[in-house]
Amino acid sequence: MAGKTLYDKLWELHQVRCEDDGTALLYIDRHLLHEVTSPQAFEGLELANRPLWRKQSIVAVPDHNIPTIGLELGITDPVAKLQVDTLDSNCDKYGLTEFKMGDHRQGIVHVIGPEQGATLPGMTVVCGDSHTSTHGAFAALAFGIGTSEVEHVMATQCLIQKKSKNMRVSVNGKVSAGVTAKDIVLHIIGEIGTAGGTGHTIEFAGEAIADLSMEGRMTVCNMTIEGGARAGLIACDQSTLDYVKGRPFSPRGENWNKAIAMWRDLHSDADAVFDLEVVVDAKDIAPQVTWGTSPEMVCSINQAIPDPANEADLVKSGGMQKALDYMGLQANTPIEQVYLDKIFIGSCTNARIEDLRAAAIVAQGRKVADNIMLAMVVPGSRLIKQQAESEGLDRIFLEAGFEWREPGCSMCLAMNEDRLDPGERCASTSNRNFEGRQGQGGRTHLVSPAMAAAAAVFGHFVDVREL
Amino acid sequence: MEKFEKFTGIVAGLDRANVDTDAIIPKQYLKSIKKSGFGPNLFDDWRYLDPGEPGKDNAERRVNPDFMLNRVPYKHAQILLARENFACGSSREHAVWALMDFGFKVVIAPSYADIFYNNSFKNGFLPIILTTNLIEQLFLELHNARDYQLSVDLERQVVSNENGIEMTFEVDEFRRHCLLNGLDDIGLTMQHAETIKTFEEQYYARSPWLK
Repeated sequence: MAGKTLYDKLWELHQVRCEDDGTALLYIDRHLLHEVTSPQAFEGLELANRPLWRKQSIVAVPDHNIPTIGLELGITDPVAKLQVDTLDSNCDKYGLTEFKMGDHRQGIVHVIGPEQGATLPGMTVVCGDSHTSTHGAFAALAFGIGTSEVEHVMATQCLIQKKSKNMRVSVNGKVSAGVTAKDIVLHIIGEIGTAGGTGHTIEFAGEAIADLSMEGRMTVCNMTIEGGARAGLIACDQSTLDYVKGRPFSPRGENWNKAIAMWRDLHSDADAVFDLEVVVDAKDIAPQVTWGTSPEMVCSINQAIPDPANEADLVKSGGMQKALDYMGLQANTPIEQVYLDKIFIGSCTNARIEDLRAAAIVAQGRKVADNIMLAMVVPGSRLIKQQAESEGLDRIFLEAGFEWREPGCSMCLAMNEDRLDPGERCASTSNRNFEGRQGQGGRTHLVSPAMAAAAAVFGHFVDVREL
Repeated sequence: MEKFEKFTGIVAGLDRANVDTDAIIPKQYLKSIKKSGFGPNLFDDWRYLDPGEPGKDNAERRVNPDFMLNRVPYKHAQILLARENFACGSSREHAVWALMDFGFKVVIAPSYADIFYNNSFKNGFLPIILTTNLIEQLFLELHNARDYQLSVDLERQVVSNENGIEMTFEVDEFRRHCLLNGLDDIGLTMQHAETIKTFEEQYYARSPWLK
């Protein structure tokens, strides 16, 4: 019999029961909540008069609506305020752990989970948010769910699931200097397409993945959903244990020893069989820039924007043309010749300390270009902000002409005041370049933090490897 | 949840691949703490020519006359014809709520993003998968007809056109059963409460650091 994949192992650990047709009940260890996708779930529980099954599984934090400037004024948008107040009052009522606005542990839900040790290897982690895939970096089975499922987990601690297929993406060899986790994952999405992982759980493997820090691994797993897979996974190794050890929610003493004994098995067996295998050569990966309105519409910094005329599939070429029209770009233009209006460094993809350091190295001693109307840096959490300030990164950014903001989801999805105006072009370290994602009519190019910082100081895209 | 009954309804088409849930219902409307009222802002950026905000009266906005859902008879459409990887991106269940609030009961596409597909069934909304060739043919029929209608019969797993041509589709048996009977997932899972408790005892004995 073939060995087990990491996904197989995680699934088996959590399967409560299974019908003949494969419909299973999967036990959930960690349930993360934010203000946008939880209010209707709490309301549903109350209407049905159902109790919460396991309060201690929940960690809640408001992030989507939080302003990144003028916090002393609170949330001035009354609709947004009601949503955050509703999360606060629901958490107070049920006695749930919540890092409220102003709490020093507050931040983006997918940043604070790992930061607090609330995400541990071997766990199942869910949240009403598609970027829950982030937590798979810890060899945890983590995926986004809808609000009905949020309510289902609250009431039963389980989800009704059918097992996905196993997919492995191996990134062999080492990436060259200046190529980051973001470039690796954008390159992979460009290869497999935005629906390439649909119906699968993707395990990322290979030397280039093992070489990544935990921050980098989170960036890769974070964008798994942009390749269509709900969950991404990376095997547990010494980097994982080193990151997890000593965090507030992490096990200690005898429990730590018991835990790591189990966690060391959280990898795919050597003879495990995958339904789908993709192999990427790390040395082929250059810094990436998206040119269109889907994360799969991506090219290397030294390439030109592709021409829809060269695409045989009519639906696809039509989609490419629509994207170019929306983006206000011409086919065959070298991507380095694209000028920007705004720069956003932040989001659950790229707002961790390593990301801020990478951007600061580029920004140091330089100035934001005159054509850039706004370049903003939004740390992923208050603790990251504090850490960055203790390293002097805030001063580097401010001296270069960047704005140094308070933590939150911010302009990744523009639910708060941070947004693009129609026609504005942004280099963004976030995860989605969909039409209108960063503001109606806004044009988003996804890049790594170093590439975003470089675009800020040059005013157009440049190859960070040549700086 | 209401039982899913067979019906015949007007078809509207959205002829583009990879339609994301940000397009289905833009972020500013996600600030609502309710499940209803999203219909007027379904596909907001495409339906209107000026920006929208929660609380803004849509009657005072400039509608995009070229967008299908703004035209008769598609304003009353109950079936949405779409392309590959429909509703990718954000997990927002508001996308399903918005489609339903507009009046849609069914979407027909060659493929869906997993989270949306899953969310649909939780609300009694049916995402039907047909082959790319059949979808192409339906788009052609829609394009050439005025008032194009299809019938959907979940019991028999059949979509049929006005000429009686039938196209069968597959749905997971458990999900079909829940839709046809209007069953609530949570209620079904609660029937296994004792099994879950037994699982927990063994689970936490094995993984005491999680208790």
